[in-house]
Amino acid sequence: MTKKIKTLNLNFGPQHPAAHGVLRLILELDGEVVEKADPHIGLLHRGTEKLIENKTYMQAVPYFDRLDYVAPMNQEHAFALAIEKILKINVPIRAQLIRVMFCEIGRILSHILNVTTQALDVGALTPSLWGFEERETLMTFYERASGSRLHANYFRAGGVHQDLPMGLEEDIGNFCESFPKIIDDLETLLTDNRIFKQRNVDIGIVTKEDALDYSFSGVMIRGSGVPWDLRKSQPYDCYEQLEFKIPVGKNGDCFDRYLCRIEEMRESVSIIKQCLSKMEKGPIKSLDGKISPPPKKDIKQSMEALIHHFKLFTEGYRVDKDEIYTAVEAPKGEFGVYLISDGTSKPYKCKIRAPGFSHLQAMDYLIKGHMLADVPAVLGSLDIVFGEVDR
Amino acid sequence: MQNLIDLEKKINSELTTKIKKTEIRHEQLYINIDNEDLIDVTLFIKSNENTKFRQLIDITVVDYPENAQRFKVVYLFLSHEFNQRIILSYLISENEVIPSLTPIYPAANWMEREVFDMYGVKFKDHPDMRRILTDYGFEGHPLRKDFPLTGHTEVRYSEDQKKVISEPVKLEQNYRNFDYESPWEGTKYIKDQTDLENDKKN
Repeated sequence: MTKKIKTLNLNFGPQHPAAHGVLRLILELDGEVVEKADPHIGLLHRGTEKLIENKTYMQAVPYFDRLDYVAPMNQEHAFALAIEKILKINVPIRAQLIRVMFCEIGRILSHILNVTTQALDVGALTPSLWGFEERETLMTFYERASGSRLHANYFRAGGVHQDLPMGLEEDIGNFCESFPKIIDDLETLLTDNRIFKQRNVDIGIVTKEDALDYSFSGVMIRGSGVPWDLRKSQPYDCYEQLEFKIPVGKNGDCFDRYLCRIEEMRESVSIIKQCLSKMEKGPIKSLDGKISPPPKKDIKQSMEALIHHFKLFTEGYRVDKDEIYTAVEAPKGEFGVYLISDGTSKPYKCKIRAPGFSHLQAMDYLIKGHMLADVPAVLGSLDIVFGEVDR
Repeated sequence: MQNLIDLEKKINSELTTKIKKTEIRHEQLYINIDNEDLIDVTLFIKSNENTKFRQLIDITVVDYPENAQRFKVVYLFLSHEFNQRIILSYLISENEVIPSLTPIYPAANWMEREVFDMYGVKFKDHPDMRRILTDYGFEGHPLRKDFPLTGHTEVRYSEDQKKVISEPVKLEQNYRNFDYESPWEGTKYIKDQTDLENDKKN
Protein backbone atom coordinates (compact mmCIF):
# COMPACT_ATOMS: atom_id res chain seq x y z
CA MET A 1 0.00 0.00 0.00
CA THR A 2 1.36 3.38 -0.89
CA LYS A 3 1.03 6.09 1.65
CA LYS A 4 -0.14 9.44 0.44
CA ILE A 5 1.83 12.37 1.83
CA LYS A 6 -0.13 15.53 2.11
CA THR A 7 1.87 18.72 2.32
CA LEU A 8 0.64 21.67 4.30
CA ASN A 9 0.74 25.19 2.95
CA LEU A 10 1.62 27.80 5.51
CA ASN A 11 1.41 31.52 5.03
CA PHE A 12 4.29 33.18 6.90
CA GLY A 13 3.77 36.93 7.14
CA PRO A 14 3.24 39.62 5.82
CA GLN A 15 2.48 40.62 9.41
CA HIS A 16 4.99 38.47 11.24
CA PRO A 17 7.57 39.97 13.60
CA ALA A 18 10.27 37.58 12.40
CA ALA A 19 9.64 38.38 8.74
CA HIS A 20 11.71 41.56 9.20
CA GLY A 21 9.18 43.72 7.44
CA VAL A 22 6.48 42.92 4.98
CA LEU A 23 7.52 39.57 3.59
CA ARG A 24 4.89 37.06 2.63
CA LEU A 25 6.47 33.65 2.56
CA ILE A 26 4.39 30.75 1.35
CA LEU A 27 5.84 27.58 2.81
CA GLU A 28 5.06 24.07 1.76
CA LEU A 29 5.53 21.83 4.75
CA ASP A 30 5.82 18.10 5.10
CA GLY A 31 5.28 17.74 8.81
CA GLU A 32 7.75 20.23 10.21
CA VAL A 33 10.15 20.07 7.27
CA VAL A 34 10.03 22.83 4.68
CA GLU A 35 9.68 21.46 1.16
CA LYS A 36 9.42 24.72 -0.69
CA ALA A 37 9.47 28.40 0.07
CA ASP A 38 7.95 30.99 -2.23
CA PRO A 39 8.62 34.55 -1.10
CA HIS A 40 6.07 37.11 -2.26
CA ILE A 41 7.66 40.52 -2.21
CA GLY A 42 6.61 43.95 -3.37
CA LEU A 43 4.30 44.82 -0.50
CA LEU A 44 6.50 47.85 0.15
CA HIS A 45 7.00 48.76 -3.51
CA ARG A 46 6.96 52.52 -3.88
CA GLY A 47 8.23 52.95 -7.41
CA THR A 48 11.47 54.62 -6.34
CA GLU A 49 13.09 54.23 -9.75
CA LYS A 50 10.13 55.83 -11.52
CA LEU A 51 10.09 58.71 -9.04
CA ILE A 52 13.81 59.33 -9.45
CA GLU A 53 13.34 59.65 -13.21
CA ASN A 54 11.01 62.57 -12.51
CA LYS A 55 13.22 64.40 -10.03
CA THR A 56 16.42 66.38 -10.40
CA TYR A 57 19.63 64.76 -9.25
CA MET A 58 19.58 66.64 -5.98
CA GLN A 59 15.94 65.85 -5.29
CA ALA A 60 16.62 62.15 -5.89
CA VAL A 61 18.97 61.76 -2.92
CA PRO A 62 16.29 61.37 -0.20
CA TYR A 63 14.85 58.37 -2.04
CA PHE A 64 18.09 56.54 -1.38
CA ASP A 65 17.65 56.99 2.38
CA ARG A 66 14.40 55.13 2.15
CA LEU A 67 15.84 52.03 0.52
CA ASP A 68 17.82 50.35 3.25
CA TYR A 69 16.54 52.55 6.03
CA VAL A 70 18.83 51.14 8.71
CA ALA A 71 21.97 52.43 6.96
CA PRO A 72 20.75 55.37 4.87
CA MET A 73 23.98 57.13 4.00
CA ASN A 74 25.61 54.11 2.39
CA GLN A 75 23.01 54.22 -0.37
CA GLU A 76 23.38 57.94 -0.93
CA HIS A 77 27.06 57.27 -1.35
CA ALA A 78 26.55 55.06 -4.41
CA PHE A 79 24.39 57.68 -6.11
CA ALA A 80 26.80 60.52 -5.29
CA LEU A 81 29.73 58.49 -6.64
CA ALA A 82 27.88 57.74 -9.88
CA ILE A 83 27.26 61.43 -10.56
CA GLU A 84 30.80 62.37 -9.55
CA LYS A 85 32.26 59.85 -11.96
CA ILE A 86 30.20 61.15 -14.87
CA LEU A 87 30.89 64.81 -14.11
CA LYS A 88 34.50 64.09 -13.09
CA ILE A 89 34.21 66.08 -9.87
CA ASN A 90 37.01 66.00 -7.33
CA VAL A 91 35.80 65.56 -3.80
CA PRO A 92 37.80 67.41 -1.10
CA ILE A 93 39.59 65.10 1.31
CA ARG A 94 37.63 66.26 4.35
CA ALA A 95 34.37 65.44 2.60
CA GLN A 96 35.68 62.00 1.68
CA LEU A 97 36.65 61.31 5.28
CA ILE A 98 33.26 62.50 6.58
CA ARG A 99 31.48 60.29 4.06
CA VAL A 100 33.55 57.23 4.84
CA MET A 101 33.11 57.83 8.55
CA PHE A 102 29.34 58.04 8.25
CA CYS A 103 29.25 55.00 5.99
CA GLU A 104 31.01 53.03 8.69
CA ILE A 105 28.61 54.39 11.28
CA GLY A 106 25.86 53.14 8.98
CA ARG A 107 27.53 49.75 8.84
CA ILE A 108 27.57 49.55 12.63
CA LEU A 109 23.92 50.68 12.73
CA SER A 110 22.92 47.96 10.31
CA HIS A 111 24.97 45.20 11.89
CA ILE A 112 23.76 45.98 15.41
CA LEU A 113 20.20 45.77 14.18
CA ASN A 114 20.82 42.56 12.33
CA VAL A 115 22.81 40.73 14.97
CA THR A 116 20.44 41.62 17.77
CA THR A 117 17.22 40.92 15.90
CA GLN A 118 18.60 37.63 14.67
CA ALA A 119 19.19 36.80 18.33
CA LEU A 120 15.66 37.95 19.06
CA ASP A 121 14.29 35.67 16.36
CA VAL A 122 15.90 32.65 17.98
CA GLY A 123 14.81 33.62 21.46
CA ALA A 124 17.27 36.03 23.06
CA LEU A 125 15.79 39.35 24.15
CA THR A 126 18.63 41.09 25.97
CA PRO A 127 21.00 41.73 23.01
CA SER A 128 18.42 43.87 21.26
CA LEU A 129 17.88 45.97 24.38
CA TRP A 130 21.61 46.58 24.71
CA GLY A 131 22.19 47.07 21.03
CA PHE A 132 19.41 49.54 20.45
CA GLU A 133 20.84 51.86 23.06
CA GLU A 134 23.99 52.14 20.96
CA ARG A 135 21.98 52.60 17.78
CA GLU A 136 20.28 55.52 19.43
CA THR A 137 23.65 57.12 20.18
CA LEU A 138 24.74 56.61 16.58
CA MET A 139 21.54 58.07 15.26
CA THR A 140 22.09 61.21 17.31
CA PHE A 141 25.39 61.54 15.42
CA TYR A 142 23.40 61.33 12.21
CA GLU A 143 21.04 63.94 13.55
CA ARG A 144 23.79 66.34 14.59
CA ALA A 145 25.45 66.14 11.18
CA SER A 146 22.40 66.13 8.93
CA GLY A 147 19.44 67.20 11.05
CA SER A 148 17.71 63.87 10.83
CA ARG A 149 18.05 60.61 12.73
CA LEU A 150 17.19 58.32 9.86
CA HIS A 151 16.53 59.93 6.53
CA ALA A 152 19.71 61.94 6.43
CA ASN A 153 19.79 63.40 2.89
CA TYR A 154 23.37 64.37 3.69
CA PHE A 155 25.65 63.26 0.82
CA ARG A 156 25.82 65.35 -2.32
CA ALA A 157 27.63 64.91 -5.58
CA GLY A 158 30.91 66.63 -4.76
CA GLY A 159 30.88 66.21 -0.99
CA VAL A 160 28.39 66.53 1.83
CA HIS A 161 25.64 69.03 2.54
CA GLN A 162 27.20 70.82 5.53
CA ASP A 163 30.18 70.63 7.83
CA LEU A 164 30.13 68.71 11.09
CA PRO A 165 28.96 70.80 14.04
CA MET A 166 31.30 71.69 16.91
CA GLY A 167 32.16 68.82 19.21
CA LEU A 168 30.76 66.03 17.04
CA GLU A 169 34.16 64.65 16.08
CA GLU A 170 35.09 64.46 19.75
CA ASP A 171 31.87 62.67 20.67
CA ILE A 172 32.29 60.14 17.87
CA GLY A 173 35.83 59.60 19.12
CA ASN A 174 34.50 58.91 22.62
CA PHE A 175 31.96 56.49 21.20
CA CYS A 176 34.76 54.58 19.46
CA GLU A 177 36.43 54.15 22.84
CA SER A 178 33.36 52.82 24.59
CA PHE A 179 31.72 50.79 21.83
CA PRO A 180 34.16 47.83 21.59
CA LYS A 181 33.19 47.03 25.18
CA ILE A 182 29.56 46.75 24.06
CA ILE A 183 30.54 44.39 21.24
CA ASP A 184 32.35 42.25 23.83
CA ASP A 185 29.24 42.25 25.98
CA LEU A 186 27.09 41.18 23.04
CA GLU A 187 29.55 38.41 22.32
CA THR A 188 29.44 37.12 25.90
CA LEU A 189 25.68 36.85 25.46
CA LEU A 190 25.72 35.12 22.09
CA THR A 191 28.97 33.69 20.73
CA ASP A 192 29.30 30.84 23.21
CA ASN A 193 25.65 30.66 24.07
CA ARG A 194 24.46 27.08 23.74
CA ILE A 195 20.97 27.90 22.52
CA PHE A 196 22.19 30.48 20.03
CA LYS A 197 24.69 28.01 18.62
CA GLN A 198 22.17 25.20 18.42
CA ARG A 199 19.89 27.45 16.42
CA ASN A 200 22.55 28.82 14.07
CA VAL A 201 25.48 26.46 13.58
CA ASP A 202 25.11 24.41 10.38
CA ILE A 203 21.84 26.13 9.49
CA GLY A 204 21.42 27.70 6.06
CA ILE A 205 24.79 26.63 4.69
CA VAL A 206 25.84 28.36 1.46
CA THR A 207 28.70 26.86 -0.54
CA LYS A 208 31.16 29.06 -2.39
CA GLU A 209 29.79 28.01 -5.77
CA ASP A 210 26.21 28.72 -4.85
CA ALA A 211 27.11 32.06 -3.32
CA LEU A 212 28.52 33.04 -6.71
CA ASP A 213 25.65 31.57 -8.71
CA TYR A 214 23.00 33.33 -6.66
CA SER A 215 24.79 36.71 -6.92
CA PHE A 216 25.45 36.94 -3.21
CA SER A 217 27.57 39.77 -1.94
CA GLY A 218 28.69 41.30 1.31
CA VAL A 219 28.58 39.16 4.42
CA MET A 220 26.61 36.48 2.58
CA ILE A 221 29.56 35.73 0.30
CA ARG A 222 32.28 36.40 2.87
CA GLY A 223 30.61 34.04 5.33
CA SER A 224 31.12 31.31 2.71
CA GLY A 225 34.83 31.96 2.52
CA VAL A 226 35.15 34.25 -0.49
CA PRO A 227 37.33 37.20 0.50
CA TRP A 228 35.52 39.84 -1.52
CA ASP A 229 34.87 43.37 -0.35
CA LEU A 230 34.42 46.30 -2.69
CA ARG A 231 36.10 48.60 -0.21
CA LYS A 232 39.30 46.67 -0.83
CA SER A 233 38.92 45.36 -4.37
CA GLN A 234 37.43 48.43 -6.05
CA PRO A 235 38.13 51.16 -3.51
CA TYR A 236 36.14 54.37 -3.68
CA ASP A 237 36.62 57.68 -1.86
CA CYS A 238 39.49 57.39 0.64
CA TYR A 239 39.21 53.70 1.51
CA GLU A 240 42.55 53.14 -0.16
CA GLN A 241 44.33 55.16 2.48
CA LEU A 242 42.73 53.34 5.38
CA GLU A 243 43.81 50.10 6.98
CA PHE A 244 41.25 47.49 7.77
CA LYS A 245 40.80 43.75 7.59
CA ILE A 246 38.09 41.73 5.90
CA PRO A 247 36.67 39.02 8.15
CA VAL A 248 35.91 35.83 6.21
CA GLY A 249 33.84 32.88 7.37
CA LYS A 250 34.61 29.19 6.93
CA ASN A 251 31.42 27.17 6.92
CA GLY A 252 28.95 29.56 5.30
CA ASP A 253 26.27 28.93 7.91
CA CYS A 254 24.20 31.42 9.89
CA PHE A 255 26.67 31.36 12.75
CA ASP A 256 29.65 32.30 10.55
CA ARG A 257 27.71 35.18 9.11
CA TYR A 258 26.94 36.37 12.63
CA LEU A 259 30.67 36.18 13.50
CA CYS A 260 31.58 38.12 10.34
CA ARG A 261 29.19 40.89 11.30
CA ILE A 262 30.60 41.13 14.81
CA GLU A 263 34.15 41.36 13.44
CA GLU A 264 33.10 43.91 10.83
CA MET A 265 31.77 46.15 13.56
CA ARG A 266 35.18 46.12 15.21
CA GLU A 267 36.85 46.96 11.90
CA SER A 268 34.36 49.78 11.36
CA VAL A 269 35.27 51.27 14.72
CA SER A 270 38.91 51.22 13.68
CA ILE A 271 38.08 52.87 10.34
CA ILE A 272 36.12 55.62 12.09
CA LYS A 273 39.08 56.23 14.40
CA GLN A 274 41.45 56.50 11.42
CA CYS A 275 39.10 58.94 9.70
CA LEU A 276 38.94 61.11 12.80
CA SER A 277 42.72 61.17 13.15
CA LYS A 278 43.15 62.13 9.48
CA MET A 279 40.50 64.81 9.49
CA GLU A 280 41.69 68.36 9.03
CA LYS A 281 39.89 71.61 8.43
CA GLY A 282 38.97 72.22 4.82
CA PRO A 283 36.16 72.44 2.32
CA ILE A 284 33.40 69.83 2.64
CA LYS A 285 32.06 70.00 -0.88
CA SER A 286 33.26 70.68 -4.37
CA LEU A 287 33.99 74.36 -4.92
CA ASP A 288 32.41 74.31 -8.37
CA GLY A 289 29.47 76.71 -8.10
CA LYS A 290 27.68 74.94 -10.94
CA ILE A 291 27.30 71.82 -8.82
CA SER A 292 27.33 72.67 -5.13
CA PRO A 293 25.17 75.48 -3.76
CA PRO A 294 26.93 78.58 -2.42
CA PRO A 295 26.99 79.45 1.30
CA LYS A 296 24.11 81.60 2.52
CA LYS A 297 26.51 84.46 3.26
CA ASP A 298 27.58 84.72 -0.38
CA ILE A 299 24.02 84.76 -1.66
CA LYS A 300 23.47 88.08 0.10
CA GLN A 301 26.53 89.68 -1.47
CA SER A 302 27.42 88.02 -4.74
CA MET A 303 25.21 88.18 -7.81
CA GLU A 304 26.82 85.09 -9.26
CA ALA A 305 26.18 83.11 -6.08
CA LEU A 306 22.54 84.17 -6.18
CA ILE A 307 22.19 83.00 -9.77
CA HIS A 308 23.87 79.71 -8.97
CA HIS A 309 21.62 79.19 -6.00
CA PHE A 310 18.51 79.93 -8.02
CA LYS A 311 19.49 77.69 -10.91
CA LEU A 312 20.56 74.82 -8.66
CA PHE A 313 17.31 74.76 -6.72
CA THR A 314 14.99 75.16 -9.69
CA GLU A 315 16.51 73.46 -12.70
CA GLY A 316 19.28 71.60 -10.86
CA TYR A 317 22.64 70.81 -12.38
CA ARG A 318 22.85 69.02 -15.68
CA VAL A 319 24.70 65.76 -16.10
CA ASP A 320 26.33 64.91 -19.41
CA LYS A 321 25.03 62.07 -21.51
CA ASP A 322 26.56 58.90 -20.14
CA GLU A 323 25.91 55.43 -18.82
CA ILE A 324 27.55 54.12 -15.68
CA TYR A 325 27.32 51.45 -13.01
CA THR A 326 28.80 52.26 -9.61
CA ALA A 327 28.69 50.00 -6.61
CA VAL A 328 29.56 50.44 -2.98
CA GLU A 329 29.97 47.92 -0.21
CA ALA A 330 26.82 48.62 1.77
CA PRO A 331 26.41 46.77 5.08
CA LYS A 332 24.23 44.17 3.36
CA GLY A 333 26.37 43.67 0.28
CA GLU A 334 26.96 45.23 -3.09
CA PHE A 335 24.62 48.16 -3.52
CA GLY A 336 24.82 49.55 -7.03
CA VAL A 337 23.35 52.34 -9.09
CA TYR A 338 23.07 51.95 -12.85
CA LEU A 339 22.56 55.48 -14.07
CA ILE A 340 21.78 56.75 -17.55
CA SER A 341 21.96 60.50 -17.92
CA ASP A 342 20.82 62.32 -21.05
CA GLY A 343 22.30 65.79 -20.56
CA THR A 344 19.32 67.23 -18.72
CA SER A 345 18.97 67.81 -15.00
CA LYS A 346 16.99 64.61 -14.43
CA PRO A 347 18.24 61.03 -14.72
CA TYR A 348 16.86 59.19 -17.75
CA LYS A 349 17.08 55.90 -15.95
CA CYS A 350 18.27 54.91 -12.52
CA LYS A 351 18.30 51.21 -11.74
CA ILE A 352 19.02 50.34 -8.15
CA ARG A 353 20.78 47.07 -7.48
CA ALA A 354 19.86 46.04 -3.97
CA PRO A 355 21.83 43.24 -2.30
CA GLY A 356 18.80 41.99 -0.37
CA PHE A 357 16.93 41.23 -3.59
CA SER A 358 19.33 38.50 -4.69
CA HIS A 359 19.73 37.21 -1.13
CA LEU A 360 16.01 36.76 -0.62
CA GLN A 361 15.74 35.10 -4.01
CA ALA A 362 17.83 32.22 -2.68
CA MET A 363 15.44 31.65 0.23
CA ASP A 364 13.95 28.58 -1.42
CA TYR A 365 17.38 27.04 -1.97
CA LEU A 366 18.53 27.91 1.56
CA ILE A 367 15.55 26.64 3.48
CA LYS A 368 14.73 23.46 1.59
CA GLY A 369 14.92 20.52 3.98
CA HIS A 370 15.21 22.64 7.10
CA MET A 371 12.67 22.72 9.91
CA LEU A 372 10.01 25.39 10.16
CA ALA A 373 11.73 26.88 13.20
CA ASP A 374 14.84 27.52 11.10
CA VAL A 375 12.98 29.87 8.78
CA PRO A 376 13.36 32.91 11.08
CA ALA A 377 16.99 32.02 11.79
CA VAL A 378 17.90 31.87 8.08
CA LEU A 379 15.82 34.92 7.29
CA GLY A 380 17.54 36.79 10.10
CA SER A 381 21.01 35.91 8.86
CA LEU A 382 20.16 37.01 5.29
CA ASP A 383 19.83 40.54 6.67
CA ILE A 384 16.76 41.56 4.69
CA VAL A 385 15.33 45.05 4.76
CA PHE A 386 12.26 45.52 2.65
CA GLY A 387 12.93 49.11 1.80
CA GLU A 388 15.64 47.95 -0.61
CA VAL A 389 14.17 44.62 -1.70
CA ASP A 390 10.91 46.19 -2.87
CA ARG A 391 12.25 49.61 -3.85
CA MET B 1 42.18 45.46 -11.66
CA GLN B 2 43.56 43.31 -14.45
CA ASN B 3 43.92 45.03 -17.73
CA LEU B 4 40.57 45.74 -19.37
CA ILE B 5 42.24 46.30 -22.73
CA ASP B 6 43.45 42.69 -22.72
CA LEU B 7 39.94 41.55 -21.92
CA GLU B 8 38.52 43.65 -24.72
CA LYS B 9 41.02 42.17 -27.20
CA LYS B 10 40.37 38.66 -25.95
CA ILE B 11 36.60 38.95 -26.27
CA ASN B 12 36.85 40.60 -29.68
CA SER B 13 39.16 37.92 -31.04
CA GLU B 14 37.26 34.94 -29.61
CA LEU B 15 33.77 36.11 -30.42
CA THR B 16 34.50 38.19 -33.50
CA THR B 17 31.20 37.90 -35.31
CA LYS B 18 29.03 38.08 -32.25
CA ILE B 19 30.29 41.39 -30.89
CA LYS B 20 28.92 44.55 -32.45
CA LYS B 21 30.87 47.11 -30.50
CA THR B 22 33.12 47.30 -27.45
CA GLU B 23 34.23 50.28 -25.45
CA ILE B 24 36.07 50.94 -22.19
CA ARG B 25 34.75 53.72 -19.99
CA HIS B 26 34.73 54.31 -16.25
CA GLU B 27 36.89 51.19 -15.72
CA GLN B 28 34.16 49.00 -17.17
CA LEU B 29 33.83 47.20 -20.47
CA TYR B 30 30.71 48.03 -22.47
CA ILE B 31 29.71 45.41 -25.04
CA ASN B 32 26.93 45.63 -27.61
CA ILE B 33 25.69 42.40 -29.17
CA ASP B 34 22.80 41.03 -31.19
CA ASN B 35 20.05 39.45 -29.16
CA GLU B 36 20.45 35.99 -30.80
CA ASP B 37 23.99 35.77 -29.48
CA LEU B 38 23.16 36.35 -25.82
CA ILE B 39 23.48 32.72 -24.70
CA ASP B 40 26.74 32.13 -26.58
CA VAL B 41 28.36 35.27 -25.26
CA THR B 42 27.32 34.73 -21.64
CA LEU B 43 28.38 31.09 -21.72
CA PHE B 44 31.77 32.17 -23.03
CA ILE B 45 32.40 34.92 -20.49
CA LYS B 46 31.20 32.74 -17.65
CA SER B 47 33.23 29.66 -18.39
CA ASN B 48 36.38 30.89 -20.14
CA GLU B 49 39.57 30.57 -18.09
CA ASN B 50 40.61 34.16 -18.72
CA THR B 51 37.30 35.87 -18.07
CA LYS B 52 35.36 33.96 -15.39
CA PHE B 53 32.45 36.32 -15.01
CA ARG B 54 30.84 34.15 -12.40
CA GLN B 55 28.32 36.66 -11.09
CA LEU B 56 25.36 38.26 -12.78
CA ILE B 57 24.91 41.48 -10.85
CA ASP B 58 21.72 42.76 -12.40
CA ILE B 59 19.46 42.78 -15.43
CA THR B 60 17.57 45.84 -16.47
CA VAL B 61 15.94 47.51 -19.44
CA VAL B 62 16.05 51.07 -20.70
CA ASP B 63 13.00 52.31 -22.54
CA TYR B 64 13.35 54.58 -25.57
CA PRO B 65 9.75 54.81 -26.82
CA GLU B 66 10.68 56.92 -29.87
CA ASN B 67 12.96 54.20 -31.32
CA ALA B 68 11.76 51.34 -33.48
CA GLN B 69 13.77 48.98 -31.31
CA ARG B 70 12.31 50.34 -28.17
CA PHE B 71 14.05 48.48 -25.36
CA LYS B 72 17.71 48.22 -24.54
CA VAL B 73 18.29 45.16 -22.37
CA VAL B 74 21.29 45.53 -20.07
CA TYR B 75 23.17 42.81 -18.19
CA LEU B 76 25.82 43.60 -15.58
CA PHE B 77 28.49 40.99 -14.93
CA LEU B 78 31.23 40.80 -12.34
CA SER B 79 34.35 38.67 -12.29
CA HIS B 80 35.75 38.21 -8.80
CA GLU B 81 38.82 36.47 -10.09
CA PHE B 82 40.00 39.31 -12.31
CA ASN B 83 38.09 42.11 -10.58
CA GLN B 84 36.41 43.37 -13.74
CA ARG B 85 32.95 44.44 -14.75
CA ILE B 86 31.13 44.04 -18.05
CA ILE B 87 28.03 45.90 -19.13
CA LEU B 88 26.40 43.88 -21.91
CA SER B 89 23.50 45.28 -23.88
CA TYR B 90 21.36 44.73 -26.97
CA LEU B 91 18.30 46.32 -28.52
CA ILE B 92 14.92 44.66 -29.01
CA SER B 93 11.55 45.80 -30.24
CA GLU B 94 8.44 45.82 -28.12
CA ASN B 95 7.02 42.35 -28.73
CA GLU B 96 10.25 40.44 -29.06
CA VAL B 97 10.75 37.44 -26.78
CA ILE B 98 14.27 37.04 -25.43
CA PRO B 99 16.05 33.98 -23.99
CA SER B 100 16.18 33.54 -20.25
CA LEU B 101 19.53 33.33 -18.48
CA THR B 102 18.16 31.35 -15.55
CA PRO B 103 19.78 28.02 -16.57
CA ILE B 104 23.21 29.70 -16.68
CA TYR B 105 22.84 32.08 -13.75
CA PRO B 106 20.16 31.02 -11.20
CA ALA B 107 20.15 34.60 -9.90
CA ALA B 108 18.57 35.73 -13.17
CA ASN B 109 15.23 34.30 -12.09
CA TRP B 110 13.91 37.23 -10.05
CA MET B 111 15.78 39.81 -12.10
CA GLU B 112 13.95 38.65 -15.22
CA ARG B 113 10.68 38.59 -13.35
CA GLU B 114 11.30 42.18 -12.35
CA VAL B 115 12.12 43.19 -15.92
CA PHE B 116 8.91 41.53 -17.08
CA ASP B 117 6.92 43.25 -14.36
CA MET B 118 8.37 46.69 -14.94
CA TYR B 119 8.74 46.72 -18.74
CA GLY B 120 6.66 43.84 -20.09
CA VAL B 121 9.61 42.18 -21.81
CA LYS B 122 8.93 38.46 -22.15
CA PHE B 123 11.46 35.70 -21.58
CA LYS B 124 11.54 32.35 -23.30
CA ASP B 125 11.82 29.24 -21.08
CA HIS B 126 11.67 31.12 -17.82
CA PRO B 127 10.70 28.66 -15.04
CA ASP B 128 8.34 30.93 -13.14
CA MET B 129 7.17 33.99 -15.03
CA ARG B 130 4.97 35.96 -12.65
CA ARG B 131 4.84 39.59 -11.61
CA ILE B 132 7.08 40.26 -8.66
CA LEU B 133 7.03 43.80 -7.30
CA THR B 134 3.62 45.15 -8.22
CA ASP B 135 0.36 44.27 -6.52
CA TYR B 136 -1.66 41.12 -7.21
CA GLY B 137 -3.85 41.86 -10.22
CA PHE B 138 -1.86 44.90 -11.33
CA GLU B 139 -2.11 45.95 -14.96
CA GLY B 140 0.47 47.75 -17.07
CA HIS B 141 4.23 48.06 -16.85
CA PRO B 142 5.14 50.97 -14.60
CA LEU B 143 8.70 51.75 -15.67
CA ARG B 144 7.80 52.27 -19.32
CA LYS B 145 8.17 55.90 -20.22
CA ASP B 146 4.54 56.12 -21.37
CA PHE B 147 3.19 54.94 -18.00
CA PRO B 148 2.10 58.00 -15.99
CA LEU B 149 3.91 58.76 -12.75
CA THR B 150 0.63 58.84 -10.85
CA GLY B 151 -0.44 55.44 -12.16
CA HIS B 152 -3.93 54.45 -13.29
CA THR B 153 -5.57 53.12 -10.15
CA GLU B 154 -5.53 53.83 -6.43
CA VAL B 155 -6.66 51.62 -3.57
CA ARG B 156 -8.71 52.47 -0.52
CA TYR B 157 -10.73 50.69 2.12
CA SER B 158 -14.40 50.85 1.31
CA GLU B 159 -16.62 51.08 4.38
CA ASP B 160 -19.65 49.91 2.37
CA GLN B 161 -18.11 46.81 0.86
CA LYS B 162 -15.93 46.12 3.90
CA LYS B 163 -12.86 45.46 1.77
CA VAL B 164 -9.99 47.16 0.00
CA ILE B 165 -11.07 48.30 -3.46
CA SER B 166 -9.17 49.78 -6.36
CA GLU B 167 -10.53 52.66 -8.43
CA PRO B 168 -9.22 55.07 -11.07
CA VAL B 169 -6.91 57.78 -9.76
CA LYS B 170 -8.65 61.02 -8.85
CA LEU B 171 -6.33 63.91 -8.15
CA GLU B 172 -7.25 67.40 -6.93
CA GLN B 173 -4.42 68.73 -9.03
CA ASN B 174 -2.61 67.07 -11.90
CA TYR B 175 1.06 66.26 -11.59
CA ARG B 176 2.94 69.34 -12.77
CA ASN B 177 6.15 68.91 -14.64
CA PHE B 178 7.86 72.29 -14.80
CA ASP B 179 10.09 73.16 -17.69
CA TYR B 180 13.27 74.50 -16.16
CA GLU B 181 15.30 74.81 -19.34
CA SER B 182 17.50 77.87 -19.19
CA PRO B 183 15.53 81.06 -19.99
CA TRP B 184 18.48 82.23 -22.06
CA GLU B 185 18.23 79.26 -24.34
CA GLY B 186 14.47 79.54 -24.56
CA THR B 187 12.11 76.83 -23.38
CA LYS B 188 11.34 74.07 -25.78
CA TYR B 189 7.79 75.01 -26.73
CA ILE B 190 8.79 78.60 -27.46
CA LYS B 191 11.75 77.38 -29.49
CA ASP B 192 9.53 75.05 -31.49
CA GLN B 193 7.08 77.87 -32.14
CA THR B 194 9.72 80.37 -33.25
CA ASP B 195 11.30 77.74 -35.47
CA LEU B 196 7.91 77.21 -37.10
CA GLU B 197 7.44 80.94 -37.67
CA ASN B 198 10.92 81.25 -39.13
CA ASP B 199 10.15 78.38 -41.48
CA LYS B 200 7.05 80.17 -42.71
CA LYS B 201 8.96 83.40 -43.29
CA ASN B 202 11.54 81.58 -45.35
